[in-house]
Amino acid sequence: MEPINAWLVDELARLSRLSLPEEERRAMTAQLKRIVDYMDILGRLDTAGIEPLSHEAPVGNVLRPDVVEPSLDRGELLANAPAQDGEMFLTPRSVE
Amino acid sequence: MTWETVIGLETHVELATRSKIFCPCTTQFGGQPNTHCCPVCAGLPGALPVLNEKVLEFAVKAGLALNCQIARYSAFDRKNYFYPDLPKAYQISQLYLPIARDGRVELHTSGGDSAVRIHEIHMEEDAGKLVHDPWIDQTRADYNRCGVPLIEIVTEPDFRTADQVIAYLEKLKETLQYLGVSDCKMQEGSLRCDVNLSVRPLGSDELGTRTEMKNLNSFKAIARAIAYEAGRQIRLLGAGGQVAQETRRWDEDREVTCPMRSKEEARDYRYFPEPDLPPVRLGEDYVAALRAARPELAAEKRARYQADYGLSPYDCRMITSDPALARLFEALVELGAPAKQGANWIMGEVLAALSARGMEPGDMKLPPAALTRIIALVEEGRINRNTGVQVFEAVFDGDGDVDAYVREHGLEQVGDTGLVAAAVERALAAHPRSVADFQAGREKALGFLVGQVMRELKGRADPKLVNDLLRRALGVPGAGKAVEKPPQL
Repeated sequence: MEPINAWLVDELARLSRLSLPEEERRAMTAQLKRIVDYMDILGRLDTAGIEPLSHEAPVGNVLRPDVVEPSLDRGELLANAPAQDGEMFLTPRSVE
Repeated sequence: MTWETVIGLETHVELATRSKIFCPCTTQFGGQPNTHCCPVCAGLPGALPVLNEKVLEFAVKAGLALNCQIARYSAFDRKNYFYPDLPKAYQISQLYLPIARDGRVELHTSGGDSAVRIHEIHMEEDAGKLVHDPWIDQTRADYNRCGVPLIEIVTEPDFRTADQVIAYLEKLKETLQYLGVSDCKMQEGSLRCDVNLSVRPLGSDELGTRTEMKNLNSFKAIARAIAYEAGRQIRLLGAGGQVAQETRRWDEDREVTCPMRSKEEARDYRYFPEPDLPPVRLGEDYVAALRAARPELAAEKRARYQADYGLSPYDCRMITSDPALARLFEALVELGAPAKQGANWIMGEVLAALSARGMEPGDMKLPPAALTRIIALVEEGRINRNTGVQVFEAVFDGDGDVDAYVREHGLEQVGDTGLVAAAVERALAAHPRSVADFQAGREKALGFLVGQVMRELKGRADPKLVNDLLRRALGVPGAGKAVEKPPQL
C-alpha cells in the first residue's frame, strides 16, 4: 500500500475533480492517513477460513425479469440538465 | 533477430436481451436520442440498479460454452472515471469477482492446432454515444446505449498469429450466435475487439511492452492492424528504440495505428465494490440446468450434416454460417426435402434473395414448408427449376401458397411430350434461318430455338426435353443423350 502523502492526495483530488485549498488538503492527508492506519490494524486479524464479504447486507440474487417498461419522457429526462438542446445533454467539449 | 508476436484480446459482446442490464429500458438499436432512458441508466441520484436475470443467464451460458469455471459467488464493482459517456461518472463492471474464469478455446488454423486460455468473462454496462460539435465547442450526449448489457471476454496473451486471432473470433462469434446470447454484428458494434500486442525475441519467456489497439471494425481490419503494429514495434526495437505502453487507434483509411492517449493505470479507476448491487450466488442446480440446456453448436452441426446427409464440408460451412440458415435447413429436411437439394437452395436462391433485399438471415420470413413444396414440385417434374425460382421469389417474403400460386399462374410444367413436340415443329417451321445456322455449326442458334419453344409454352416445359426434341428433329445423331459438340457437316 502506497503511504499517504501530499502527492497521493493531490492525485486523488485530480482524479475526483476536486480542488482542495491548502488547509483542506492538509486535513485530508491526516484523515486519510488515519483511515489507512486503521485498515492496517484490521489487516493484522487472522482471517484464514473466513469467507470474503463483498456486500454488507445479508441479501443476494436480487434479480428482475427481462421485461421492457416505458422509458422517461425526453423532456422530463432533460429537464434537470444544466445544459441541453431539447435532444441531447450538452457538456463542455471533451475529446479523447 | 527473429521476433515473436504475442497477442491477447479483450472482446466486448452486446447481449441480446430485450431490456437493459440494470433497468427496464429497451435495448433496441437506434431510436431518437435520449428516448430509451430512465432515472437508473441516466444516473439520476437515488435511482437503484437491479440486475436483469437474462444477463446473468447469458453470461453463464457463454462461460460454459468457453469451458470456463463459473463463479458460485460473484459481484459488481464501480470503475470510476470522468468522461461524459456515462452520466454516473462510473461504469458498473466486475473486477474482483467476475462471473467466469479460466476457460479454454481450441483453434484450428492452416498453421496447426492451438488453444487459447480465457482469463475471465465479466458483465458490465455499455456507455452512451458522444458527438463532439466543433462549432459550439461542446459535446452532445445521447444516453440510449447507457446500460445496454455487455460481457467482456478477456484472453490470456496466447495468440502468436493474426490467423489464430481471426479463428478465435470466428469461433467466438459462431458460438455466441448459436447460444442465442448475442447477434455479434461487428458493423453495429455488438461485437467489439481490442487487441493487446507486444513483440519479443523468439525463445524469450518475458513479455514485451504492449500496446492496445482500438477501433477495429472488421476481421480484415484486425488482421491488417496486427501486421502493421507488429512491424512497427519490431522496427522500433530493432533500431534501439522502446515501445511506449499506450492505446493506439487503427486508422482504416491510412492503414496505420496512431496513439490515442497514454494508458491509464488500473488503479486510476479507483475500483470499489458496488454497494447498490448485492452479490450473486449461483447454486449447482442453476449451473447444471444451463449446462444441460446448451444447444447444438455450429461445429457439431457441421459434423452431423456431413455424417448424416453426406454434404461436403463447404456446403456445411455455408449453411451453418448463420443460425437462421441452419434452422431453415433442418426444417426443410424434417419436412422431407432431400438434404442436398435443401442445401443448394439455401446456398443459391435463399442467400441471393437475402442479399438482394439487404436482409439478415434472422429476419427471413420464408416458411420452410413453402420451400419444401417448391423443391418437391421440381423433383417431381411438375415445374421446372426456373419456374421454381419464380415461385420462390413470389413466396419468399412470407405469404402465398405455393400450389395456389403455381395453379393461378398456370406454371405447371407441360408433361405431354406430344404438346412439346408440336411446339418444336412450329418453331422449326417459323425460323428456317436458325435451322440453317445450326446446321452450319452455330450451336448458339439452338439456344434461340429452345427459347422460342419455351416462350410458346410460357416457360412451362422441361428445358431438357425441349433440347432433346429439337436436336432429334434437327437430325443430331445420338440426340437424347448429351451432345457436347455441334455436328460437323
